[in-house]
Amino acid sequence: MKGIANARRRKFTNLIAMLVMVTMLVVCLIPLVSVSWTLLSKGIPAISLDFLTNLPLSRQSGIGNAILGSLLTLLVASLFAIPFGLLVGMYLSQCASSRLATPTRTLLDVMSGIPAIVVGMFIYSLVVRPMKSYSLMAGGVSLAMIMLPVFARTSEEALKAIPETVMEAGLGLGLPRWRVVLQVLLRSALPGVLTGFFLALARVGGEAAPLLFTVGGSNFWPSHAPAELARLQPLTEQVASLPLVIYEYAKDPRPAKHAAAWGAALVLVVIILAIRLSTHAYVRWRYGQQGAH
Amino acid sequence: MSHVRNNLAASLAANAGAAASANGHRIFTEHIVGGFGDTTVLKGISLRIAHCSLTAIMGPSGCGKSTFIRCINRLHEEIPRAWVTGKIILDGQDIYGADVDPVAIRRKIGMVFQRPNPFPTFSIYDNVAAGPRLNGLRKRHALDEVVEKSLRHAALWDEVKDRLERPGTGLSGGQQQRLCIARALAVDPEILLLDEPCSALDPIGTERIEELLVQLKKEYTIIMVTHNIQQAGRIADRTVFLLLGEMVEEGSTSDVFTSPKDPRTEAFISGRFG
Amino acid sequence: MTGNVMTSPVGEMSGTRQTAVPRMRRRRVMNAGDRIFLAIIRSAALVPVLLIILFVGILIAGSMPSLRAFGLRFLFNSEWQPNAEIGEDYGALPFIYGTLFSSVMALLLAAPVGIGVAVFLNEVFTSRLRGAIAFLIEILATIPSIVFGVWAFFVLVPFVRDGIQAHVQAIFGTGFVLFRGPPLGIGLLAGTLVLAVMILPMIVSISLEAIRMVPSSYREAALGLGATRWEMIRLAVLPPARSGLIGACILALGRALGETMAVTMVIGNKNVIRWSLFEPASTISSVVASNFGEAGGDNALMLPSLTELALILFAMTLIVNLVARFLIRRFAGDKAVIA
Repeated sequence: MKGIANARRRKFTNLIAMLVMVTMLVVCLIPLVSVSWTLLSKGIPAISLDFLTNLPLSRQSGIGNAILGSLLTLLVASLFAIPFGLLVGMYLSQCASSRLATPTRTLLDVMSGIPAIVVGMFIYSLVVRPMKSYSLMAGGVSLAMIMLPVFARTSEEALKAIPETVMEAGLGLGLPRWRVVLQVLLRSALPGVLTGFFLALARVGGEAAPLLFTVGGSNFWPSHAPAELARLQPLTEQVASLPLVIYEYAKDPRPAKHAAAWGAALVLVVIILAIRLSTHAYVRWRYGQQGAH
Repeated sequence: MSHVRNNLAASLAANAGAAASANGHRIFTEHIVGGFGDTTVLKGISLRIAHCSLTAIMGPSGCGKSTFIRCINRLHEEIPRAWVTGKIILDGQDIYGADVDPVAIRRKIGMVFQRPNPFPTFSIYDNVAAGPRLNGLRKRHALDEVVEKSLRHAALWDEVKDRLERPGTGLSGGQQQRLCIARALAVDPEILLLDEPCSALDPIGTERIEELLVQLKKEYTIIMVTHNIQQAGRIADRTVFLLLGEMVEEGSTSDVFTSPKDPRTEAFISGRFG
Repeated sequence: MTGNVMTSPVGEMSGTRQTAVPRMRRRRVMNAGDRIFLAIIRSAALVPVLLIILFVGILIAGSMPSLRAFGLRFLFNSEWQPNAEIGEDYGALPFIYGTLFSSVMALLLAAPVGIGVAVFLNEVFTSRLRGAIAFLIEILATIPSIVFGVWAFFVLVPFVRDGIQAHVQAIFGTGFVLFRGPPLGIGLLAGTLVLAVMILPMIVSISLEAIRMVPSSYREAALGLGATRWEMIRLAVLPPARSGLIGACILALGRALGETMAVTMVIGNKNVIRWSLFEPASTISSVVASNFGEAGGDNALMLPSLTELALILFAMTLIVNLVARFLIRRFAGDKAVIA
């Protein structure tokens, strides 16, 4: 009799535990569904072709220059983060046991833990103050500093995942080590490297905090930034930024601007999801199962 | 002391070169001692290898046979803490000489590894073209030619000619291994080292590789490591038996198999250990 | 005629050579290209090291005036007096309090739910919906902070005001210190809740990873003993995943501490310590975000004080992250032993 009672009690406990977990799932999903739902229901009506291509004016809202400014900032950030991230990743994977590897790895971890707002302050002192103005350069560098640890570590992992035999095969073909690394290993690790890069890009794409005191913001189209970029000159222009525009619209007392904040937020999320999902899809399509991990 | 040694080395090298032209030998190894850190894996291997022949190196696992052939193209030294002493003379030149670039040596000596290791994400074409391309060949037309020739040489052309742009890792194990052979042949080596090329393959794949090696030995000097006694018996001209880092026996395959001089060889061949 | 013949003269010599210093000979020789390449990647590897040194250096140098002026008192002072004529006086206490309270409370709210959901998704819920839910949570983890901020500002704050604060104050009255406050919705509770929502996806996905690492043989062993599903989770899943789960929580805490935009939008940014959930408050990142732009001019000590606050925030997140990494690494060590 006691055994049966015991079994019944255990079953009951199990039932309660299951119920608690289902409740937790519901509790977890409510805010997340609410975020997605309001974003879609309030964002979609705000979006129109004019909204996407116009400048922000007092009567109407537009995020055209903010989209362009954000893309430019991400481009500048990538120009800094890609070469350094790859080189650091190569060092960490090829000289894994050297004396510099452990401090570098630890400090990359430290770097990835620095709050974005503090990165913004640092870049303010490092770039904005010497240049005496907010600039695309400062914004790009602050995002690059957040991208670097993520991208360097994922590159390291992607390169390490290539079996040692590939390096040997390259050496066996009579290639010096550096050419095997640059032309065989890097290409072999490309799916992982690309995924890591776009992961880092998606992560900084929505950052507003590091841009607060770096990129400056603007109500106009960037006029000379693209030309400076093409000529590799210092990027001195202040540009607009989508995350910052969302912040401004949301703080604005006028309801019309609130609608614009939702629209801009939806556009930002779509851009970031597009970066994430299209990389996934591209890597899977281009490299098949190899790229799946 | 070192002066004497150098003289001796020079005269030996000269002799070796003469010997090579005289009786068709082209690789001499002289007392190769090598290992990792404090461990000595090879305890003095001295060997001569004839031009256009297939030499099989067999022995139980851990006998140092892989380390030995990796010394021949100086790949051994790429492993951390690896070391080697002795001499390997290729066409009259000590490949461990002070002014020799290991990279240049490896271009002359192709290598195929235990597990097929096509370059990941490279297409079949790019795998074969990798060596010539990275060594400076750029013209598409010339590359096409090299790729086709190498793949034909590796008896893979007919199977892959319609899908050269597909990834090399999508092929079967045996095909991947022949792709690796084609990749090695594409840099036009004179010597081919194979480190247990069939150990990861099924019997059919193994058979195809063996047929291919019999063809290739007409043009290339081939040294193959195998733990498979029958394989050595089937295709090798000469057979070397290593045990615990020492060369126990060396001779023509038929001699080694039918009348081994050393009882340990006999024991190994008859399957008593290994 | 085998190779043995020519061995004899050289053999002895190599023998002596070998016994002398075998490892000195013929270590890896690097060609010029490799040496240049190594130099380049090695200097690149120095970049993070130099950047962190520069980072800490600039923060310390920037906060020097404030460190000199206030010393340790800065940590325990709750004044925020920017008026230069009266005399500037700044303290970090309200911000440290706001940061710690909101982050720790957010973690306490989110951790059980997040871990529960991860366990449920991996151990109980076998429906095809599972993949879809995991995917949804994964996607929500990529939503930027500013978007959560907009949501919190327009959806969460009204809900806190009308759905929580109104009822709570109706039941308990406004006399009780914890529930005092103007009917705004903005305040410590809203900041805490938005943080909890933001770290939830992160906790779920890291916990899922930790739980997936538990070998299925453990589960089978527990089920084989006649354990119910809950007993199996309690005996064979949670204990081996423990350090991974704790690591997930601490990483989430690190993220919450430094979170800026969403919190700034709903916490009210008042530089005071109030014990009520419904009173406006401030965190370190929110005070930096809302004051850094205007700092300077007559307020000689404001910028250094904000920099010192940033330094304190960095130190807090650094400690939290190092602890998390240590735990996760130890967890990875366990995993290696199991595998």
